[in-house]
Amino acid sequence: MDLKEKTYTIDVKHVTRVEGHGRIIVSTKEGAVKEVKLAITEGNRFFENFVKGMHPADIPWIVSRICGICCVGHQLTATKAVEAALGIEVSPQTLLLRKLLTESQFLQSHVLHVYFLAVPDFLGVQSVLPLAKTHPEVVKRALHLKKLANDYTALFGGRMLHPMANTLKGWRRLPDTNAVAVLRKRMLEAIPDIEETVQIAKTLKIPPYERETEYVSLKHPDEYALYDGDVFSSDTRSSVPADRYREVTNEFTVAHSTSKWSRWHRDSYFVGALARVNNNFDQLLPQAQQAAEYLGLIVPCYNPYMNNVAQVVEVVHCAYNSIRMLDEVLNSGLEAEDTTYRVKAGRGAGSCEVPRGILFHEYAFDENGCCIEANAVIPTSQNINNIEQDMKAFVAEMLPEMSQDELTLHMEMLLRAYDPCISCSVHMLDVEFVD
Amino acid sequence: MKPKVAFFDFASCEGCQLAILNCEEILLDILNLVNLVEFREAISETAPRYDIAFVEGSIHRDEDIERIQNLRSRATFLVALGACACNGNVQARSNFVAPAVNYEVVYGENARNRVQVDPDYWSLWSHTRVRPLDAVVKVDAYLRGCPIVPAEFLHLVKSVLHGTTPYFPPDAVCVDCKKNGNECVLERGETCMGPVTWGGCNSICVNNGYVCDGCRGTLPHANIESHIILMREHNIKDEDIRSRYRLFLGNEPIGRGV
Repeated sequence: MDLKEKTYTIDVKHVTRVEGHGRIIVSTKEGAVKEVKLAITEGNRFFENFVKGMHPADIPWIVSRICGICCVGHQLTATKAVEAALGIEVSPQTLLLRKLLTESQFLQSHVLHVYFLAVPDFLGVQSVLPLAKTHPEVVKRALHLKKLANDYTALFGGRMLHPMANTLKGWRRLPDTNAVAVLRKRMLEAIPDIEETVQIAKTLKIPPYERETEYVSLKHPDEYALYDGDVFSSDTRSSVPADRYREVTNEFTVAHSTSKWSRWHRDSYFVGALARVNNNFDQLLPQAQQAAEYLGLIVPCYNPYMNNVAQVVEVVHCAYNSIRMLDEVLNSGLEAEDTTYRVKAGRGAGSCEVPRGILFHEYAFDENGCCIEANAVIPTSQNINNIEQDMKAFVAEMLPEMSQDELTLHMEMLLRAYDPCISCSVHMLDVEFVD
Repeated sequence: MKPKVAFFDFASCEGCQLAILNCEEILLDILNLVNLVEFREAISETAPRYDIAFVEGSIHRDEDIERIQNLRSRATFLVALGACACNGNVQARSNFVAPAVNYEVVYGENARNRVQVDPDYWSLWSHTRVRPLDAVVKVDAYLRGCPIVPAEFLHLVKSVLHGTTPYFPPDAVCVDCKKNGNECVLERGETCMGPVTWGGCNSICVNNGYVCDGCRGTLPHANIESHIILMREHNIKDEDIRSRYRLFLGNEPIGRGV
């Protein structure tokens, strides 16, 4: 099929999170793929425009509302971008607290995704609800791990959703170190649950499908990059700094589509857990590397379904790394810091890894500290192009051997594997076949 | 018969549904007491009746209006879940700007022009203005805040299960703040919407060193004039007062008037 003849109807809104009722439309005729479409609709919220006029400290606080599940990631990325615009440097303590907040969100989001979305597919049920009766121990473990991760976010952020403790330059109110010690103990006690999660991942039957693509993630010289780093491409094996993100995302509008898509060195690229593990495997903690090996995740891995497994590997990494960082907090203690700053005209960009992939924010301010420009590129809008490329290739490859029902299930699983976001992925259950 | 409970969302971050999923300790107990017919899992949106419908998000487009009216006609008790549904939340700030300008800024000049000529995409782009649910349909109860308070969700579920009307006292955030023994934010010389804002949040933002920005909406008896005078007496500039009234309250009449 001539690439130019593809009909795009994908509609991923800029800055807003993907949600609402999407459809996968597959059209085949006499064994040939006519059309594979992924349509997403969403009411616009215009964050990039309505943050104009806001003061610097309001921006991270408000843009966390872009997405409930990724609220910590949006807040921290915006915090970094605003700090870059105003030339604010942060202390090692603030950096450590931000990394803790980041990893708390990875644990929360990945646990939710793996247990609530991926596992039901693999156990052949429609949702996590029936599992409460048939596999109560699995559901209880999921809830237990999720609660631990939520309490972790709440301890460092002030609450689980839209945290308010973090602001420009530092913390409005520091966590109580006694509570940090309690959390550390609970994290240690949860290690058996984490190991059980690896066991569950081992039982997942991963469809044997591969399509090599470009993997994009942050890369840091000293650590597995989640909070900080440059933007790395698996194609060039080189990085660009985050403030040159527009060279990476190259957002473009597709004919007859209201969505913006991304591409870098080729037609599409992959962001998320699998991209990070592929690009930075050597920097994972040994326990996470062992889990990857046990689960058969050998890098470079080109199977998008393995993104679920990569998330489990990151759960292991974040659990052990969090314990290490909590020890660091307990050893060094926490001191109240000055969080006052001076406004000035400027522009700055920031980037973090969030559970679903790399996230970019950029802001500009006038001399009064009023926001005059804002931009954000979310992971799902970067991935959507790659998801559709995968779907097209998968349908073409598997059409001869799969029934309509099998193909339907595999398309849903493929989409969920990317973890586009919880609501989006569960809404996209209507798979329509057009003969 | 267990009551049929369903969750729906319009434009929002869906964090309020997540806040309910975060009630890990009691989630399984609640699931034993209700028949959850829809919650993020697209079982089908055509179940004939719901005893309780929780609706998150604000109403922006004609197709949203049709959908919420349809949900209303099939729901016995409809709950506005969170600030987006209750008062339009932060995205109501986009009402200060014409939709065409919003599109131009976010999507670019070309996209703005294209949506005006391509009828196939017309419904996706028919954004008019951000409205709370009760601007379109009758709402039976409000779970306020960005995000909601889990304890209020529990109170509502328990009340409805017992056949009583959930009651949320119309007290200001200051009541919570005093109970928690916080120093008054105004004494720090910072803006605070606490005196005019629905309490029940346990003043969580002030407890954590921040101020109240009024995400739960203004009280029915709020004395806006006195509140503004009070902030001026604490040497807070008018532009800062205005910025707070327009942050979470862009859709409330007072937000437009201050």
